Amino acid sequence: MGIMAKGMNGGEAQEVHAGFIPLADCAPLVIASELGFDRAEGFKLVLHREVSWANIRDKLDVGSFDCAHMLAPMPIAAALGLGRAAGSIIAPMALSLNGNAITVSLALYDEMLRADERATLAGGMRAAKAVAAAVRARQEQGREPLTFGMVYPFSCHNYDLRYWLAAAGVDPDNDVNLIVVPPPLIADALKAGRVDGFCVGQPWNTVAVTEGKGVIVATKSELWTLSPEKVLGVREAWADRNPALVAGLIRALVAACRWLDEADNRREAARILAQPGYVGLAEEVIARPLTGTLICGGRQADVVDPDLVVFHRGFANFPWRSHALWLMTQMIRWGQVREPFDLKALAEQVFRTDLYRGAVAAMGVAVPAVDSKREGADAGSVFFGGEMFDPGAALVYLDRLVIRNAGTDLNAFSALNP
Amino acid sequence: MAPSDPDSALKILVIDENPIRRAIIEAGLADAGFTAVTVLSNTMRLIDHIYHLDPDVVLIDLENPSRDVLEQMFQVSRVVRRPIAMFVDKSDTSEIKAAIEAGVSAYIVDGLKKERVKPILEMTVMRFHAFNRLRAELDEVKGALKERKIVEKAKGILMKSRGLDEEKAYELLRKTAMAQGRRIADVAQALVSSVDLLKE
Repeated sequence: MGIMAKGMNGGEAQEVHAGFIPLADCAPLVIASELGFDRAEGFKLVLHREVSWANIRDKLDVGSFDCAHMLAPMPIAAALGLGRAAGSIIAPMALSLNGNAITVSLALYDEMLRADERATLAGGMRAAKAVAAAVRARQEQGREPLTFGMVYPFSCHNYDLRYWLAAAGVDPDNDVNLIVVPPPLIADALKAGRVDGFCVGQPWNTVAVTEGKGVIVATKSELWTLSPEKVLGVREAWADRNPALVAGLIRALVAACRWLDEADNRREAARILAQPGYVGLAEEVIARPLTGTLICGGRQADVVDPDLVVFHRGFANFPWRSHALWLMTQMIRWGQVREPFDLKALAEQVFRTDLYRGAVAAMGVAVPAVDSKREGADAGSVFFGGEMFDPGAALVYLDRLVIRNAGTDLNAFSALNP
Repeated sequence: MAPSDPDSALKILVIDENPIRRAIIEAGLADAGFTAVTVLSNTMRLIDHIYHLDPDVVLIDLENPSRDVLEQMFQVSRVVRRPIAMFVDKSDTSEIKAAIEAGVSAYIVDGLKKERVKPILEMTVMRFHAFNRLRAELDEVKGALKERKIVEKAKGILMKSRGLDEEKAYELLRKTAMAQGRRIADVAQALVSSVDLLKE
């Protein structure tokens, strides 16, 4: 370790402090550190395990960290001044795609089966419609609405869950309750009936199934194949002062992601992540989603999908501006942001494709020719509702959505987004 | 601050699972004349509690994963089927930085003046630092105690297996440590671990 920690010039390697949340998809930072991809680039990662996304944001903001494992919407929310005001955070690369799943309680699962005995079919839509039937049945019987949990207001989990419910005609703001529950508490909340279902990252869905508390009814990879999830968040002021270091950081993490996407390495990754300082859960529950086989519980068939979580292939590390734009449409759709802004300009400001391209050019990693793509338009990117998202016409996409926050004036956005 | 000060009416909620730190903060707030203080040791039904208490200030330690539950209140008008006052943090950047580095975060009801909150924040940050020092000292004492126990155990092993008296056993540990450039406690730990291994 002593020798390995030296920089290329013989001095002590510069330390890069990185925050992470104990989830399966913190793997790129952990692997970069454990396998020495950081030291190969002449710096030393110092990892800090955190318990909340709010801590990640604040510690990155005040300079306790230089970078962090972040929910893809978080740097966008920071730029929009949503939640606690924070300085500029940029996303020079994505760390992973997919990875989340929707799990329901055994009681809700029974309600879903009563509504549609074939709700167990894979794909997510049938299950969403069964939940919609359960929601309507409760409304007719005058029962309490269902409550769903997710992890953070500016999370893909929030948007995934809302997208899934709305696709089946459920208004997530009026037909159900949505609350935040920290992942380590969510399986117990399900068992105790405080939530009827949740959307969370792995391995927490698998924990709920393993403990007999829930049934997985949809995966993020089914709702939108190769969809955005975690990014590397970097404090912009730090990135501006340390351009070479940021480039090395990107290369080290891309190398770790490439290693992680070798199927043969996923077991080893689970073994490392299981250590108490990282995820600190049983190796087996981490290995299942990582190796692409999900035991879903109930009557559900196992999901065998190598794309349950993607770290590198298919330009997974490229910070697609179309991903940023889709996430912005969700913030508008659900009333998180009312003040009009220029979507395209914000995507360019936060999702720094230029930094990614510049960093990986030296390592022979393929990059796409464009910064944005039409999502849902090809086999690599499919929405389970069959729609298409044209990043050049984000407001048109929003306008077509039947279920969305009524308080948002899209015309006001049009003026800034010609 | 005199109890007659109108700020004694500020409703403060302290959320902390650590009983010692919770007591320190509670005492600090009482000393400063704040009387409307509620402490929560666990975060079950946190949003319900906040609705019923209707606090002006919420203090929560950064070790608590339920911080993200509070974050939701910034955003959602309808978490439960009742409105909740929006909380924002009106502190300036240096105050936020001091609090985060001490390990605490504050949420302040919208519209509350910065000056009214400042004494609460300053006291809390000070007490968090005091607690951190206390915890570091306690860890040190615990570590020293543990090391002493290990050395005693190692001495016992040497006395029994090599027929040495206590003084000779300690001397052997000390010499070995010196020769290997290690601490006595580390040599003792290695010996105890090896013996435990052989037993199994």
